[in-house]
Amino acid sequence: MPVAFPFSAIVGQDEMMLALLIGAVDARIGGVLVFGDRGTGKSTAVRALAALLPKQRAVVDCRYGCDPEADLDVLCAECQARRANGGLRSKQVPVPVVDLPLGATEDRVIGALDLELALTRGEKAFEPGLLARAHRGFLYIDEVNLLEDHLVDALLDVAASGENLVEREGLSVRHPARFVLIGSGNPEEGELRPQLLDRFGLSVEVRTPQDLRTRVQVVRLRDEFERDPPAFAEKWRRKDAKVRKRITDAQAALPEVEVPTDTLEQAARLCMALGTDGLRGELTLIRASRALAALEGDRQVGVPHLRKLAAPALRHRLRRDPLDETGSTARVERAVQELFPE
Amino acid sequence: MTMAQRDDQAAAPDPWELAALAAALFAVDPVGTGGVALRALPGPVREQWLADTRELLPPGTPRRKIPLHVADGRLLGGLDLAATLRAGRPVAEHGILAEADGGVVELAMAERVKGSPIAYLCAALDTGEIILERDGITLRSPARLGVIALDEGHDEDERVADALVDRLAFLLDLSPIGIREMGDLPYGPEEIAAARERLPSVTIGTEQVDALCGTALALGIHSIRASIQAVRVARIATALAGNYRVGDAEVTLAARLVLAPRATTIPYLPAEEEAPPPEPEPPDQEGESENQPEPEKRDDPLADQVLEAAKAAIPRDLLDRLRLGQLRRSRVRSTGKSGQVQQANMRGRPAGVRRGELRPGDRLSVIETLRAAAPWQRVRREERGRTATPTPGAGTAPRIEVRKDDFRIQRFKHRSETTAIFVVDASGSSALHRLAEAKGAVELLLADCYVRRDRVALVAFRGRGAELLLPPTRSLVRTKRSLAGLPGGGGTPLAAGIEAGLALADGVKRRGGTPMLVLLTDGRANVARDGSGGRTKAGEEALTTARLVQAAGVAALLVDISPHPQPQARELAQAMGGVYLPLPHADASRLSAAVKATAGI
Repeated sequence: MPVAFPFSAIVGQDEMMLALLIGAVDARIGGVLVFGDRGTGKSTAVRALAALLPKQRAVVDCRYGCDPEADLDVLCAECQARRANGGLRSKQVPVPVVDLPLGATEDRVIGALDLELALTRGEKAFEPGLLARAHRGFLYIDEVNLLEDHLVDALLDVAASGENLVEREGLSVRHPARFVLIGSGNPEEGELRPQLLDRFGLSVEVRTPQDLRTRVQVVRLRDEFERDPPAFAEKWRRKDAKVRKRITDAQAALPEVEVPTDTLEQAARLCMALGTDGLRGELTLIRASRALAALEGDRQVGVPHLRKLAAPALRHRLRRDPLDETGSTARVERAVQELFPE
Repeated sequence: MTMAQRDDQAAAPDPWELAALAAALFAVDPVGTGGVALRALPGPVREQWLADTRELLPPGTPRRKIPLHVADGRLLGGLDLAATLRAGRPVAEHGILAEADGGVVELAMAERVKGSPIAYLCAALDTGEIILERDGITLRSPARLGVIALDEGHDEDERVADALVDRLAFLLDLSPIGIREMGDLPYGPEEIAAARERLPSVTIGTEQVDALCGTALALGIHSIRASIQAVRVARIATALAGNYRVGDAEVTLAARLVLAPRATTIPYLPAEEEAPPPEPEPPDQEGESENQPEPEKRDDPLADQVLEAAKAAIPRDLLDRLRLGQLRRSRVRSTGKSGQVQQANMRGRPAGVRRGELRPGDRLSVIETLRAAAPWQRVRREERGRTATPTPGAGTAPRIEVRKDDFRIQRFKHRSETTAIFVVDASGSSALHRLAEAKGAVELLLADCYVRRDRVALVAFRGRGAELLLPPTRSLVRTKRSLAGLPGGGGTPLAAGIEAGLALADGVKRRGGTPMLVLLTDGRANVARDGSGGRTKAGEEALTTARLVQAAGVAALLVDISPHPQPQARELAQAMGGVYLPLPHADASRLSAAVKATAGI
């Protein structure tokens, strides 16, 4: 396993980093889409996050890494049986960050019959796929806009329901699959289907930094890393540890963070002003703002949080208004300025 | 001979010398540099370059060729069906990329490779490994490699995919090099090996990184990967020269090799190149080129020196390329891919298979279905043995048991048809002549479209409004008939014309086609949408409507056919996010050629 570029050494992509951190604090925000220029460190950031995430407890010997504390209906069938038979033993495991490589076939994504057992022993057994491996973690799809449509459909279905149902060769398996979907891509290679766009909680636009100082910094850090990856990672270890602590603290604080009625109303007004379709935008905005408050050590969600997250939570949900030639980001920002003047 | 001697003058370097140097630098660190996009037709020069590179790489370095229509399974790896069935257990087969770990892959006819093979290559270049999740196999194999993309493209439109080029440090063009201009290699394998040893210890100074980044910005190079690669190349060059600290000569060389071929603007460009300059600058003025807001560091001699060297190495035909590139880019931005590619059940080129139920209209891929069924035969036979009741039919169990799960359905891709919508200014002054040329262009295009199954439509505006003269069609006869009766004269209701064209484009899009607006006008509107006169209001309305074109993401081409091109028309084209083409004496054939270039048809 090659050494990952440290998360805290990534420069000049604040919105993307924040969105990833929010996804790490609250998995329910429904995924992060990172769209933008080439060479902006999209994949680097996700791999860096994977190396930094705090560990979590998982049931020993569970193929899906079930949460020992979870409600019964979120456990897989085997863990349900185990709990009935007297309790679940658990251990610390890393949070899975699973790559969905391009060219993956459906059987490996969804899960299928175990080929090896079928060939060697003539047995039929279920072999979990990537969705099972990503349970309670992250599923990362680079170049998500190049993914085959039938795979996308299968993914969306599972992401929405939180469980994966496989019917194959007379085998019927149902297992939990809750994951944060992270998709990245370059719009020049192809647009994303609107149905898929809406499923992502946060949508981040990344651009190549255009000022010399940031660019020099990026290039220098990259050069230093390439010369001696382990030494570089070591140098940034403490900063990364701080970020990790921020995540764990925020996870712990999250249930305590309050959302005052006032803030709810303001979020609703913002969404109405922008005319976003459905409730998903509003819900995401509130959830993400809670996670942000937790990350920043605030006990209450307020307008500053909404202001910061309005663009990533809403920009991909706007109807295309043919009379308005400004981009969706600018439209969100304008509405924010009008409703919550600083 | 040291690097410094070779590079202290800012004169244009000898192309073969640079190419040979690039070969040596690439050989020192194929993985770090990502590789070479090698533009050249097959021939002795390219062969020599490839042979030289091969010679410089350490013996035993893996080298694989990727053929043009490589299958995903061959590139990435997968289940080796024959071995699996023989062994009675799953046997994975490495793909080309994994086999080339530690070495080099050559991508044949790289300019024609698009889509998934490019994405796989990019993934391997980014992560240095191939993750395989296919055919019931999970396999992670290292694939640290360098790519030589053999680009045999003739013109600017045939180029290696941008995503790949962005990851390759060297862009070489061997086509101007003649056989007699080839020289010897500046370095031998021993020097390469020594440089490999030295490379990890080579360091680069702060101001040198500054100079490279600044030069990249000044040349309008957007992606930051180019700067990162330039730093790498400077370090490699230093290692090759036998030093441990990057010198200014190596920085200059890196700028020449990595940055110059990617330039999108030429700093301090004399204004003579642009036909109608908005405000002519004296050529020697020390200002920046207009789309370069980044202030130059005047007090930084190194940065200047590097920039000068890079400028000297900028290919001479860059300006032409920039213009064409602009045509190309504007097309890509507005339509996503080159022509919207659609998946359909039955038409187009085969594009892989998918698992699924066989619905009416689907086509079963027999081979893939049998492949999918093959590994499961044993388990199914045993299952049948257990459950089968002793009936007379039991003895005639099928040789191969294919089940519903095995069905693989052939998928096809076809490019959605392009509809070129001509919006023609049929007003006043020069209407008659202009209309005649537009008609000619439509007919010429249509003759092409008939072969390519694309469509054309025609809207004319004059007097108080716009009129749809020809709904999207492929019919040559119908076109001729409706064009014959096209009247001219009156005011210029430009906004109404664009609006009508846009409405048509919307309809085309809804039916799954790719519309493209071709606006023939001088941009001087004088009739507003409500039919009232007045230049100011009409002009503003035209601009607003033009912005709608951009918002709708419709590709647009504005052909300015006034005898003296006017700024209004250029503004209008900008508002549409489209391409501006002044053709004062547009004739039908030039017009249809321009449309074809913009639409990629």
